[in-house]
Amino acid sequence: MRRDIFQAIADPTRRAILVLVAVQAMTPNALAEHFNTTRQSVSKHIRILAECDLLAQKQEGREIYYGLKIDKMKEIDIWLDQFRKLLETQFQQLDDVLHTLKNQKK
Amino acid sequence: MNLFFDFTVDKAAKTVYITREFDADLSLVWDAFTKAELLDQWVAPKPWTSRTKFMDFKVGGRRFYAMVSPEGLERWSIQRYTSISPKTNFKMSNAFADEHENPDLPGSDWDYNFSEQDGKTTVRITIYNESLARLEKMIEMGFTQGFKMSMTNLEALLSTLSSQN
Repeated sequence: MRRDIFQAIADPTRRAILVLVAVQAMTPNALAEHFNTTRQSVSKHIRILAECDLLAQKQEGREIYYGLKIDKMKEIDIWLDQFRKLLETQFQQLDDVLHTLKNQKK
Repeated sequence: MNLFFDFTVDKAAKTVYITREFDADLSLVWDAFTKAELLDQWVAPKPWTSRTKFMDFKVGGRRFYAMVSPEGLERWSIQRYTSISPKTNFKMSNAFADEHENPDLPGSDWDYNFSEQDGKTTVRITIYNESLARLEKMIEMGFTQGFKMSMTNLEALLSTLSSQN
């Protein structure tokens, strides 16, 4: 299932997981210790983050370590780019308003 | 006509810097940013419209307005003017609000600077956001598809990431 990054970080637990694995790669058990919730619930959040392609998996013996895929965070730059485009749209509308006002003055 | 436009983001400082040139004299551009009837003509990205309920442009005064979607959905915001130097600079705080003028704090701080040269006016805007979520909401109004999620603590995540680099 294709999910998007904004869905991933909409949830406070998932944001906290991202912040934790950004510091160092962790196993699901180690992550679960940070939350006042069930291991199953943390696993579900990990799965969603993995589906969003935000987590890098590394197998060490019997343990799986999850780290952060930094590249994916570049989507936030795309999001800021949307803000830039919104401003561009606003300012082009203002150009039209100013043009009309100047013509009224003449 | 090619009008200068610059957009810079400093994530660590939670600040966006915008510079835009307009092909009009200073008085006209100042009016377009400080008079309700003119603001309502351009601030809402089409097909949204802007509707100002009241605007009292003086230090301590407020503007209470809604962005209205084609379906009639209203997104209220309240702005409070904290400093005004006529035709040069004004500062305001901006926050989303409910329809009863209750702001959803913290909002963002906006600083507008105006200068004219050769009949063109340059506007420099600095936006400081306690939370980048504020920007996200603005985008949602302009781009109704996608961007529906809250990103309340995104700045914490961003600063964690940037401190690693």
